[in-house]
Amino acid sequence: MLLEITDLAVEVNGRRVLKDIDLTIKEGETHVLLGPNGSGKSTLFMSILGFPKYKIVNGSILFKGEDITRLTTTERVKRGIGVSFQNPPAIKGVNLKDLLKVESGQDPKEENLTSEMEELSKKLKFNEDFLERDVNLGFSGGEVKRSEILQLLAQKPDFTMFDEPDSGVDIENVELLAEEINVLLDKNKKPGQRQRSGLLITHLGYILNFVGADMAHVLMDGKIACSGNPDEILEDIRKEGFKGCVECARCVTKS
Amino acid sequence: MLSVRDVLQKAEKAKKRKAAIGSDIDIDEFIKEDKKEHETVDSIQDVPKKVKDTLLKVGVDTSEEERAGSFLQMDQSNIYSSSISDSIELMNLEIALDKYNWLDQYMWNVVSPDGDKYTAQTALREQEEGTKSGYFIRSKPGTKEVFPMQACMFIGDETVMQTAHNIIIAEENSELHVITGCATGDDIASALHVGVSEFYLKPGSKITFTMVHNWAEQVEVRPRTGITIDDNGTFINNYILTSPVKTIQSYPTAYCSGKNSKAIFQSIQSGQKDSIIDVGSRVYLNGENSAAEVISRAVSHDESKIYSRGHLAGTVPEVKGHLECHGLVLSDDSLIYAVPELEASAANLEMSHEAAVGKIDEDEIYYLTSRGLTEEEASSMIVRGFLSMDITELPPELANETKKMTDMSLEGM
Ligand SMILES: Nc1ncnc2c1ncn2[C@@H]1O[C@H](COP(=O)(O)OP(=O)(O)OP(=O)(O)O)[C@@H](O)[C@H]1O
Ligand SMILES: [Mg+2]
Repeated sequence: MLLEITDLAVEVNGRRVLKDIDLTIKEGETHVLLGPNGSGKSTLFMSILGFPKYKIVNGSILFKGEDITRLTTTERVKRGIGVSFQNPPAIKGVNLKDLLKVESGQDPKEENLTSEMEELSKKLKFNEDFLERDVNLGFSGGEVKRSEILQLLAQKPDFTMFDEPDSGVDIENVELLAEEINVLLDKNKKPGQRQRSGLLITHLGYILNFVGADMAHVLMDGKIACSGNPDEILEDIRKEGFKGCVECARCVTKS
Repeated sequence: MLSVRDVLQKAEKAKKRKAAIGSDIDIDEFIKEDKKEHETVDSIQDVPKKVKDTLLKVGVDTSEEERAGSFLQMDQSNIYSSSISDSIELMNLEIALDKYNWLDQYMWNVVSPDGDKYTAQTALREQEEGTKSGYFIRSKPGTKEVFPMQACMFIGDETVMQTAHNIIIAEENSELHVITGCATGDDIASALHVGVSEFYLKPGSKITFTMVHNWAEQVEVRPRTGITIDDNGTFINNYILTSPVKTIQSYPTAYCSGKNSKAIFQSIQSGQKDSIIDVGSRVYLNGENSAAEVISRAVSHDESKIYSRGHLAGTVPEVKGHLECHGLVLSDDSLIYAVPELEASAANLEMSHEAAVGKIDEDEIYYLTSRGLTEEEASSMIVRGFLSMDITELPPELANETKKMTDMSLEGM
């Protein structure tokens, strides 16, 4: 098992946001997290990542068999967790190129990126000038998403979480992003040979046309209300909304 | 213009006068060394290896590659000066005064000898002991040398009071770049540096003056700087201080007297240990259509205190000025005190200021930890980013050099 979350409860600013969360993800699997606005999807991400604001008040998180519940974000990331954010902050004076050097494990004093990173930057449509820009400062919505994916490609995590990588991105760019997300999730390998895994938040599910998922979970009011086949669940949500979906026979019998 | 007698009289009267701001220093605690104490060197390469390394840290390259010339003052002794470029003259002030009888007019003209006891002491030493230490730099009319002159004030002996008087003249339509580094030998337990610098920008000229300070923890520093800018002249001052110092207090003042004259001050300060840094920039906008920009970035570590001052005074219509001070307070025991002042005594002018002092945004730190940096690495990356402002209006050769100097200073932090 790559990720094993048991009975997790999380508080943010003294408020209980997540409760009774059980979630397991195997090597090579991609899971999708669905749910209405404010249901706690981003909170679950941040909790897995270990941001201090998200207080784990109950339960545990195991990663590669190790209990990481009390580890810092840095320690978790060093063990192979990566994330692309929904709304990352801008940092003045820290440019994307410098960040990419750190993320790809390159000596920051070297003038140029590694040829691999240069190649990837081009693929994600960033030119030299853009790489010199302060990270996220004045980036357009689409540029933010592409820069997040590029940074993940530099990091090469074993388990990647994507918080709405497709929101605010035009169709052409969704396909471009999906292609790289597939790289991060070993989709170019046969299912049995995949090692890298992921958890994907999406509202519209549009990106699922390009990125295959093994399992979907619906988060409602801080609880996982339903889990199952991504296509079926999406179909239900489209037809009956989140509420209708979690009331369907499959989920009701499960809980 | 002040006569020698006026200077003496004024200095005599002011020799005990405390400075308007900053802690007071008892000058009698320091030794006045003779100007011949250190022997001159034939080549700047002849300075000891340790000194060389320190010089390099403040941007003074003893290889003299890509430099228009070099000047080195060790304590009170002017031990080296070389002028490589044909466009620029560089020599000891004493020699220059002998050579040019017109130079008297430029002495104590834009810095007053009775400003406080530091200027007074410098003037008295010149007049009474004949200690005329410091440099004279003059770019010839119509010349544009892209490589910078480099000058260094070095304190090598214990408890000395180093005084220097520098005169920098950019003749009409010339361009002059100066890098100056100030540094101390690392075994100095106490010393005082007083540097009087007077800049004269003739019509159409441009000076960039980039200064890196690397003093020791127990050194008191009192630079006194005045700049006068004629029609269409541009003065750009860059100041970098990232190493500990006991106290520094300076308030360089530019007079934009000419039509379309312009002054830009950019400074980067990082307070370490219990340093007290009180640095400001003041510009009088007296010329038609003159403009000024004062930008500073300050971070306070440990128990340091940083007073970041700025003062713009617009005295005629249609002038423009902007003050900007951003500070990050990185330790609870440290302090940043931003004092932006705007003084407008004419209608129809445009002056503004922007000051923001705070702490590092936690979200920025977390973002970087999510990329594998530790919290310490993340803060240091953010702080460096914060301080590494783009210094504007330098020729490409110097922009690179300045960036290198900034990076080096920030790395040593
Ligand atoms: N820092 C915070 N302070 C207070 N409440 C918070 C904080 N962060 C999250 N919450 C609350 O927790 C709940 C879950 O928020 P979260 O961002 O996880 O939702 P989400 O499912 O990602 O929603 P969306 O689809 O809109 O992105 C919301 O009610 C939100 O207001
Ligand atoms: Mg969210």
